[in-house]
Amino acid sequence: MSLLSFLLGEKKKTAAVAKERLQIILAHERSGRNAGKPDYLPALQRELVAVISKYVKINADDLKVHFERQDDLEVLEVKIELPEAAGGK
Amino acid sequence: MATEIIVVTSGKGGVGKTTTSASLATGLAMAGKRVAVIDFDVGLRNLDLIMGCERRVVYDLINVIQGEANLNQALIKDKQCENLFVLAASQTRDKDALTQEGVEKVLKDLADMGFDYIVCDSPAGIESGALMAMHFADEALLVTNPEVSSVRDSDRILGMLGSKTKRAIEGKDPIKEHLLITRYNPNRVQDGQMLGLEDIQDILRIKLIGVVPESENVLQASNQGLPAIHLAGTDVSEAYKDVVARFLGEDKPLRFTDAAKPGFFKRIFGGR
Repeated sequence: MSLLSFLLGEKKKTAAVAKERLQIILAHERSGRNAGKPDYLPALQRELVAVISKYVKINADDLKVHFERQDDLEVLEVKIELPEAAGGK
Repeated sequence: MATEIIVVTSGKGGVGKTTTSASLATGLAMAGKRVAVIDFDVGLRNLDLIMGCERRVVYDLINVIQGEANLNQALIKDKQCENLFVLAASQTRDKDALTQEGVEKVLKDLADMGFDYIVCDSPAGIESGALMAMHFADEALLVTNPEVSSVRDSDRILGMLGSKTKRAIEGKDPIKEHLLITRYNPNRVQDGQMLGLEDIQDILRIKLIGVVPESENVLQASNQGLPAIHLAGTDVSEAYKDVVARFLGEDKPLRFTDAAKPGFFKRIFGGR
């Protein structure tokens, strides 16, 4: 920045404007990109059912896989409902 | 060593992918590695011109994929470097000829031939050619200019590297991503007219592997079909040599990133 432009009171530098614009648009585009659930969820569910079925008899819909994102935190929730009789003493 | 596959990519066109592929491949070869560099820009091949071997292209990548030539026939030996080979893109074929199975086989055959590095020069855009170039990569060089559209496109490519590639799909260790800033002008950065390297790193959040200054020498190099790294004594050549050294694990401080000190008149009156 030259002394002259400083004395004239220069407006915001364009590089700073560029950075700010990029940060805003990319935050938006990144959230859009990851908005959906990860695409491995169906496969994960199938495989979990297969593994658990080796030990306990469950139906495919007794196992629910749920993915959630809150700000920076990602939560992968796996809920397995055992049939009432399963593993009974 | 096992063969490492490097993709040079950017999303946006004209940022310096081919210039970088040529200089990276040449630099690795000068370091004694066996290197193959492949042009994935089917229909718009240019790597052959930048490498200066355009008149020696007989067979290309698509010929090899379709079984019309074998790799030994299609690989063009570099004039300067003993252990550097170029595989040109097809100028006439449709890009649909670039199948995933075909590319995988070519890469595997190159690995079997004992190449240390395979450099994949990606086409611009996010179409199949670009996806094929990155699909099997172990490392990625993301070439970015200090300019809004290039940074945005690079971010988009980062998303694809992390979701559409073999490593991502199979849940293996992710591709190692390196940021390479090209056409950098430290004086304009200091004046606040150009995004600085810290700004770009802040936004893209990947590790910087080098900064190549904007320079007339890049045109001088391409005019002659000489990879810019061969232009001894120029800033561009030195910057690319640093990139190669860092890629091979050396610790090199950044160069060519500080603005020239302005003269007395410039400090008073500004302007360029």
